[in-house]
Amino acid sequence: MRLDNLLKRNKDAIVKKWLSLAIDAYPADTSKFIKSQKDPFANPVGNTFSNLGPLFDELLNEMDYKSITSYLYPIIRVRAVQPILSSSQSIGFILSLKKVIRESFKKEFSDNDILKELLVFELKIDELALIAFDVYMKCREQVYEIKANEERNRTFRAFERAGLLAETSADGPSL
Amino acid sequence: MANLKPDELIARIDYTPPSTGWMDTPTVIRAGMFCYAAKPPSVETLGLPYAREWNPLDDDWKLPANWKEIVLEGLRDRLERFRSFKVFMDICVRCGACADKCHFFIGTGDPKNMPVVRAELLRSVYRNDFTKAGKILGKLAGARELTLDVLKEWWYYFFQCTECRRCSVFCPYGIDTAEITMMAREIFNLLGLNIDWIATPVSNCYKTGNHMGIQPHAFKDMMDFFVDEIEEVTGVRVEPQFNKKGADILFITPSGDVFGDPGTFTAMGYMILHHYLKVNYGLSITWSTYASEGGNFGFFTSNEVMKRLNAKMYAEAKRLGVKWILGGECGHMWRVINQYMATMNGPADFLEEPVNPITGTKFENAKVTKMVHIAEFTADLIKHGKLNLDPKRNDHLKVTFHDSCNTSRGMGMFDEPRYVIKNVCNNFYDMPINCIREQTFCCGSGSGLNASEDMELRLSGGLPRANAVKYVHEKHGVNMLACVCAIDRAVLPPLMQYWVPEVDVTGLHEMVANALIIPGEKKKTVNLRGEDLPGMEDEADE
Repeated sequence: MRLDNLLKRNKDAIVKKWLSLAIDAYPADTSKFIKSQKDPFANPVGNTFSNLGPLFDELLNEMDYKSITSYLYPIIRVRAVQPILSSSQSIGFILSLKKVIRESFKKEFSDNDILKELLVFELKIDELALIAFDVYMKCREQVYEIKANEERNRTFRAFERAGLLAETSADGPSL
Repeated sequence: MANLKPDELIARIDYTPPSTGWMDTPTVIRAGMFCYAAKPPSVETLGLPYAREWNPLDDDWKLPANWKEIVLEGLRDRLERFRSFKVFMDICVRCGACADKCHFFIGTGDPKNMPVVRAELLRSVYRNDFTKAGKILGKLAGARELTLDVLKEWWYYFFQCTECRRCSVFCPYGIDTAEITMMAREIFNLLGLNIDWIATPVSNCYKTGNHMGIQPHAFKDMMDFFVDEIEEVTGVRVEPQFNKKGADILFITPSGDVFGDPGTFTAMGYMILHHYLKVNYGLSITWSTYASEGGNFGFFTSNEVMKRLNAKMYAEAKRLGVKWILGGECGHMWRVINQYMATMNGPADFLEEPVNPITGTKFENAKVTKMVHIAEFTADLIKHGKLNLDPKRNDHLKVTFHDSCNTSRGMGMFDEPRYVIKNVCNNFYDMPINCIREQTFCCGSGSGLNASEDMELRLSGGLPRANAVKYVHEKHGVNMLACVCAIDRAVLPPLMQYWVPEVDVTGLHEMVANALIIPGEKKKTVNLRGEDLPGMEDEADE
């Protein structure tokens, strides 16, 4: 498991580059702000990216689904309501980890054994991306649910106000 | 494709957006970020021009042929009439102090939502057509010509500003970006470009007296329903008064609270408090089915429309011969009252300077407007020991407080609501200091943006507020977000549902009423929402 050791040893540098790519999905002025403002209340979006480190740890370990989703939700919940990012940009940051790793260890990958390990590791990243897709879709579904509920409640109330609703007993209307 | 190596494939994916400056980055109108166009009948009600069907996503907005002339003339007119607007156009040095203070910039990640850039959208045209430097140097001086794309960009971004004024707190020159947004929206109304979520409530208000378009009998029906609900919970039958001539005080609150949960519980709270004051101190408070709206979406349309909708408050107070006006929990209603009403529709010299007849307190701050916020009124009653309260009844709540933008930055009311909360419940935790009081984060849905179709805008814009709520939820177990604004009560529940689903939303006077020991009440086992009261679950059986 030479690749694992390599990744563990260089975790900080890798996560830093990964973070940078993830934030660069935003326009330049925004990404500059997200990277520089450290106050979590002034910069709630930037604050979510602290989860990239634990996510990277999951890739190095057992890939626990529950833990992974708990780290992904805060990041993706934000991106799911930011139409400035396309859907693919919203979860594309997962795949940019491949780019970071490939660029970081170009020399090492001339060794076929490490390259084989990389192929396995990249499958894990793919799996992570698929989990991210699930999370993204759940967030989007929630947005539509909230929209639909608001509309439904308003219509319901309008009918109620107009006296168009009649209460029926639990066992149905009397016939 | 088949010849590409993986590295080359990856290199082809564009991870970063173009790094052009704002002026050269075209605006894309995105679904979820805008509200539907105003329906023609709602525009016609107030006699506003160019009522028509149009769609923001269409290329053709069906503008009048001379739209450009109308915009520039509208701009010239406002630069001459409103000194502050002219000053705000000239004095910005683009220092950037406001840039990252806007909840919409923080939440949406769109740099055109930086207040400085949003203002520049308009300022660039001002420079081009109204300043020598702009006329000569053009783009070098930050000027650009007014085009159809520019107009569409204005429309998109000036309806992504809630006029919350957080940015103005940080501006070293005190530029009030909300006023720039207000001017832009006035100009849109010269072209029939309002959004429906503003135009229709305004039209309703003009025709029937409130945003919801509730007619007097329906308003009373709903209140009768509340009377029954209150009796069921408390055993006390309250008797709200309507249009009562010679009452001491006229009470006006946003109509949203009469028809939408959880505002309805706040409305019941007012009714219980009024009843308590009548029974204990003989105070006569009346509701009005004519002045049945505290809110004023005219404020988001134009000065003239705001004035027309606001006029009914003083008119009704005069007709009924009350001493002064008590206002319910609302946000923008109070900016209109506190900053514009006295000069717009005053002087209200037929009213008395507000004095609380029970405590003798003079509300000096309301000397001119003759209108007192109910949080101030209740805080004063509590301070003088005039309310019999049992805060234990709210022991199941761990409460935090959201300062509404307009009551905090618009009228400086910070401590009264907190004082009330601390006296009606035992667990209160403030959010971090840079998220409350004058630095409060907007709910993300104010200034008429609380429609459903712009849910992404609302949820992203509300992120900074929700993020601070999440913090106190995780740190202290906070489960209730209190507020003194009807729009907050309508929009914070979906915001919480998305970001912090463990936290519910309440108005101040719902908690007051739940804690209030009403003369003649039965042993209470549930609160106004029908939820069990802590430690009282078995009382009913005794």
